Amino acid sequence: MTNEPFGPRPRRMLDPGRIILYSVLIVAAIYYLLPLYIMVMTSMKGMPEIRLGNIFSPPVEVTFEPWVKAWDTACTGLYCEGLKVGFWNSMQILIPSVIISIVIASVNGYALSFWRFRGSEVFFTILIFGSFIPYQVMLYPLVIITRELGIFGSLTGIIFIHTIFGMPILTLLFRNYFASLPMELFKAARVDGAGFWGIFLKILVPMSPPIFVVAIILQVTGIWNDFLFGVIFAGTKNFPMTVQLNNIVNSTQGVKEYNVNMAATILTGAVPLLIYFISGKLFVRGIAAGAVKG
Amino acid sequence: MKSIEIKDLALSFGDVKVLEHLDLDIQDGEFLVLLGASGCGKSTLLNCIAGLLDITDGQIFIKGKNVTWKEPKDRGIGMVFQSYALYPQMSVEGNLTFGLKNAGVPKAEIAERVARASEILQIEPLLKRKPSALSGGQRQRVAIGRALVRDVDVFLFDEPLSNLDAKLRAELRVEIKRLHHKLNNTMIYVTHDQIEALTLADRIAIMRGGKVLQLDSPHTIYNHPATKYVAGFIGSPGMNFLEGTLTVGDKPVFDCNGQQIDTSRYQFDKSTNGANRPIHFGIRPEHVVAGRDAAEQPFNTEIEVEVVEPMGSDTLVWSQMAGHEFRFRMDGQSTVSPGEKMPIGFDPVTASLFDAETEIRL
Ligand SMILES: Nc1ncnc2c1ncn2[C@@H]1O[C@H](COP(=O)(O)OP(=O)(O)O)[C@@H](O)[C@H]1O
Ligand SMILES: [Mg+2]
Repeated sequence: MTNEPFGPRPRRMLDPGRIILYSVLIVAAIYYLLPLYIMVMTSMKGMPEIRLGNIFSPPVEVTFEPWVKAWDTACTGLYCEGLKVGFWNSMQILIPSVIISIVIASVNGYALSFWRFRGSEVFFTILIFGSFIPYQVMLYPLVIITRELGIFGSLTGIIFIHTIFGMPILTLLFRNYFASLPMELFKAARVDGAGFWGIFLKILVPMSPPIFVVAIILQVTGIWNDFLFGVIFAGTKNFPMTVQLNNIVNSTQGVKEYNVNMAATILTGAVPLLIYFISGKLFVRGIAAGAVKG
Repeated sequence: MKSIEIKDLALSFGDVKVLEHLDLDIQDGEFLVLLGASGCGKSTLLNCIAGLLDITDGQIFIKGKNVTWKEPKDRGIGMVFQSYALYPQMSVEGNLTFGLKNAGVPKAEIAERVARASEILQIEPLLKRKPSALSGGQRQRVAIGRALVRDVDVFLFDEPLSNLDAKLRAELRVEIKRLHHKLNNTMIYVTHDQIEALTLADRIAIMRGGKVLQLDSPHTIYNHPATKYVAGFIGSPGMNFLEGTLTVGDKPVFDCNGQQIDTSRYQFDKSTNGANRPIHFGIRPEHVVAGRDAAEQPFNTEIEVEVVEPMGSDTLVWSQMAGHEFRFRMDGQSTVSPGEKMPIGFDPVTASLFDAETEIRL
């Protein structure tokens, strides 16, 4: 009688499935966290302490000198003005690129899902195909195109490039999101006399913050972490932070200052990390919303 | 006066022809129901009238004006959708006023119209709420309100009650009927629910495969279905069909596997041409009389009860007649059990006879 099932089913804390699941998760977490740990620790040590070689041990004497140096005075090639120049360059590239690409892509996605025109499916297929082409293939033609347009090696040039390369994936994202909204909503708005822009701005945009957040995160991370386009299209004056980081880390003069390199790397990675931490929840919600319907 | 005139309308999606050679005249103040199985083109037709789909051929007139190329907002229509289609980020009031603001209606008049619509639909307490904070019935009321404030001649409904549960559906159905009596404007109402169609309509257009099979009053559609499809589609449970031969001698007699039914009381639409022919004989379950009164009917016989389905107000009995499934309705109070033999009868005047080949009413 004592084993007669009654009330809520008792939970077994340690069933084998759970043990395996948690073990895998913990190992994965350590695998990703260990390098970060080493970086943070090393960036707070002085050079003498680093030479001792105990990379896992926390600093005996905590110093923020390397951080200051990385930001302010580290040498990137000929100039010794630190990463701050790269930071502002990256910002100047990032903000217009993100805004322009998202504005265009959201309108594209809207038009493709609600204002089907003759050949819109073909257009969409080509666009999707575009997101699978390795972009190295297009580098040389793009160099020629931007040169002919007179924007090669300028801020405009690099913004143009980022906007173009963001287009396929962002359009796909927005199209799928808008396609998951009921068509009847769109019809009701048309009966109510709203036009192309009225429907987009007054009805669809207000109900789409999650998908805009996803787009922003994708673009900020992608553009901020870009190295190749920056080095080719931005011009020496406008080198983004990643390029300057590379110049600091790979400089051939003098001793390798591991602590400065680590600090510089963390500084460079901070922006996408920050964005992610701030909007992580919205990101997940947006991804889920966009994934509902293909 | 004609409110809506549709002339030779055609619509195709690419190679798929959904509507073809469709003509329809709707009178001023008429309540027309488009009834048909799912996928027969009802919504497509409604969207064409609303201007939400570009038609492939033909013309549409509303209030005598050719609106074939007009935008939806300029056609003088209001539309209500199955999924409500309320703008989720706007309050109820925002939903009601969106169209009016787009049309540049003066503020004072907007307020007046919203007040009137919300009074008629009893949604005044909801005006400040967001649609997500409303129940299904309330949402549909707001959606109707959105059509109402437009002050239009024609209301289009696309299965407005299909997302509601049975009880609410019945309530809102009556309310729509009341609304029609009050406003007296033209309404076109799409549904696949025959009860809605029969209760609401002045006239019903039965559609199938993009064509209107029959356009008549609910009474005529029910009692004189023009084709076998219409006869089977309308009425629940469906009409009984017996397959057999019509013999025309001194008097017409229907013969089904030896069971003879004298059809001289039946009013033929067409002359029978004096030739014997295969036909389908249809009789509605509710026109069959069972038990003691059966003897008084012009035709009577005896059947064996197979299955009994009590439905409260009445009881549905399944049996066989001349090798065909045969259902009939009895009073809900009667006690019947399977295996029982029972006399039944009916008057052939209530039957519907269809040509076996063309399935057209005789
Ligand atoms: N956008 C479309 N593209 C292609 N075919 C469609 C489209 N919309 C509807 N159809 C087809 O047209 C037919 C009629 O659809 P619809 O008018 O929605 O039917 P109903 O409202 O009567 O259920 C269906 O067979 C459907 O598959
Ligand atoms: Mg439909």
